[in-house]
Amino acid sequence: MKYTKTILASAATLFLTPGLALSAELEFFFPVGVNAPAVETIQELTDAWAANNPQHNVKAVYAGNYVETTTKALTAANAGKPPHVAVLLAIDIFTLVDEDVVIPITDVANTAEDQAWLDGFMPGFMRDATLDGEIYGVPFQRSTPVLYYNKDAFREAGLDPDTPPATWDEMIEMGKKLTKKDANGNVTQWGTRIPTLGLGGAWLYGGLVISNGGQLSADNGIDVAIDTPEALGALEFLQKLSAEGVMAPGGISWGDTPKAFVEGNAASIWTSTGNLAFVNDNAEFDWGVGFLPGGKGPGAPVGGGNFYIFKGTSPEEQAAALDFIKFMTAPENAAKWSIATGYVAPRADTWETPVMQEYAARLPQALVARDQIEFANREFATYQRGRVTQFLVEALEAAVGGEADAATALAEAQKSADRVLKAYK
Amino acid sequence: MKRLNFPLSVILLVVPCAVLAAFTHYPAVKSLINSFWSMGTRRRPSQFIGLENYQTLLADGTLHQIIWNSTLYAIVTIPAAIALSIGMALLVNAKLPGTALMRLSFFLPTMMPMIAVANIWLFFYAPGIGLISQIFVLFGLQPINFLGSASTSLWSMMAVAVWKEAGLFMIFYLAALQAVPPNLKEAARIEGAGPIRIFFDIVLPLLKPTTVFVAVNALINSFRLIDHVIVMTKGGPNNSSALLLYYIFEVTFGYRDSAYGSTLTVFMVLLLGLMALIQFKILDRKTHYQ
Repeated sequence: MKYTKTILASAATLFLTPGLALSAELEFFFPVGVNAPAVETIQELTDAWAANNPQHNVKAVYAGNYVETTTKALTAANAGKPPHVAVLLAIDIFTLVDEDVVIPITDVANTAEDQAWLDGFMPGFMRDATLDGEIYGVPFQRSTPVLYYNKDAFREAGLDPDTPPATWDEMIEMGKKLTKKDANGNVTQWGTRIPTLGLGGAWLYGGLVISNGGQLSADNGIDVAIDTPEALGALEFLQKLSAEGVMAPGGISWGDTPKAFVEGNAASIWTSTGNLAFVNDNAEFDWGVGFLPGGKGPGAPVGGGNFYIFKGTSPEEQAAALDFIKFMTAPENAAKWSIATGYVAPRADTWETPVMQEYAARLPQALVARDQIEFANREFATYQRGRVTQFLVEALEAAVGGEADAATALAEAQKSADRVLKAYK
Repeated sequence: MKRLNFPLSVILLVVPCAVLAAFTHYPAVKSLINSFWSMGTRRRPSQFIGLENYQTLLADGTLHQIIWNSTLYAIVTIPAAIALSIGMALLVNAKLPGTALMRLSFFLPTMMPMIAVANIWLFFYAPGIGLISQIFVLFGLQPINFLGSASTSLWSMMAVAVWKEAGLFMIFYLAALQAVPPNLKEAARIEGAGPIRIFFDIVLPLLKPTTVFVAVNALINSFRLIDHVIVMTKGGPNNSSALLLYYIFEVTFGYRDSAYGSTLTVFMVLLLGLMALIQFKILDRKTHYQ
């Protein structure tokens, strides 16, 4: 309710300030990265904002997946017609700043009240929204991976269904009990499944490293720490899971993972909170969610997208864009978005709304993700993110595929990343 | 014949030329120009660097692996698709019961979009839960991690491509088979030739123009069709299933390096041009057109 007042107040300010254009025609680019009715919800929310602000208008443009949306926004900006506001990957902050197409949010959100609003976001989600001391992103569709586990399988193996593994050692120990084989020696149920292929694999690997006391990339987007004992320990743990027979050998794909879980092929999996709805709809067994088991303590990466305000638009339009973002992240609206999609609402006040409390009572698994944010850190991201992340992906794939030794693969990735990022130092 | 009036003929000439120039010639020239410049962002503008991108290209270990992948992919998928499509064409050309159903089922994969095909095969290949895995387990065999292992991922892509393409080529072969004059086969049979001899000495030589056409198309497709790579493996694991066009796509849009992407494009255009030239030169000389 507080925000509705803020919105009204800022609308009134706009209205009463002489010499300002009274209306703005906003263009809003958004991607869809989940298997959920996201487009409808976004449209509903943007319509509601436009209805509250008859002097403004907003055109919500569904622009494909994250990569496509970033490409479209950058192309439009370079052609001199940037969108006013867009939801893009949090980790694309370096690209957007390097391309000089976004403004620090504090350029428009510059009152004490605005500051209080920004302070209301969970710190775990603000770290990757900030670069060189400036806040560029406003957290919106954020996610984090969690451990999903099959409580029925835990019971069958004689394990406590309310105590999922919390450490790597427990993962192996419990995993051995959870792994089942048929008469031919083929595994019918793996103890666990952590995707290791592609960008999803790299995302989860980042979580392993965080829980082992490391961090693959620095906040400046230039320094990477891939060739460290913490990172090596994390990669060796992945190899050990397979060597101990707890996890399938070789590369494991991200996409098949939720399906492997609901079909009983894996007794526990690591995947995004974005799959809560899918698992809830398809699992025919009792299941639970826990923190990612950690090396030295809990740890996880965050992911997902933030709002950005683009350069090259008028101050009135930027003010309207900020107002729009405040509306979208206001408790009731963020709750609606979170429930429709499974994204983790990034503000504490959203979790206090009655709808959200009702949702948490119905699906208590959603609370685990929120509580894990405290232990989460940023996802691997640098300048020239696409190219540099590929080095990390290749190292992981080579090591889990047995084509390269873990230490050599990581050293190689570190060298390649440093070579590309040298230009930014 | 009535002559077109002058303004109309100008319009008819200018419109296609403009479209061709805007969408084919301009991008080609622009790619060539871009390949002499460095990757740029607004904060670090692109600079003229001459042939540096080409030096990078020569030293690019990933590219070397990808060229090998693409070559292997072409060498395997083209003959496999041709052999399979001739086989299917012979089968549906024979007067067997259920021919219409057979033609339909052979042609179905061709009609489906590659994205859909790739998604179906993702399910076939999924280790542990996929169709192929389940069949393997039924017979007591170890399931194979088709897409997750560097030694099988490219072969898995090839199977999808052959499965998808053979149906289309079958149609061309079927048309060609039906155009083979029956009197030639009749004459051979009277001379005492068996069906195998007739196929290799009469039918196959007459199919040669079709084979040239199909081979050129298969070659182009082996470089052009990468949707299944994007959907199924993203080139992984460790670039084992990456093809040349996928790499160009990844460099240009994933890495946002249009300069190096252009360099790779120039390289690919030269490569394709060269191959088309060789193919037509060699095959044309040995082909008997009716």
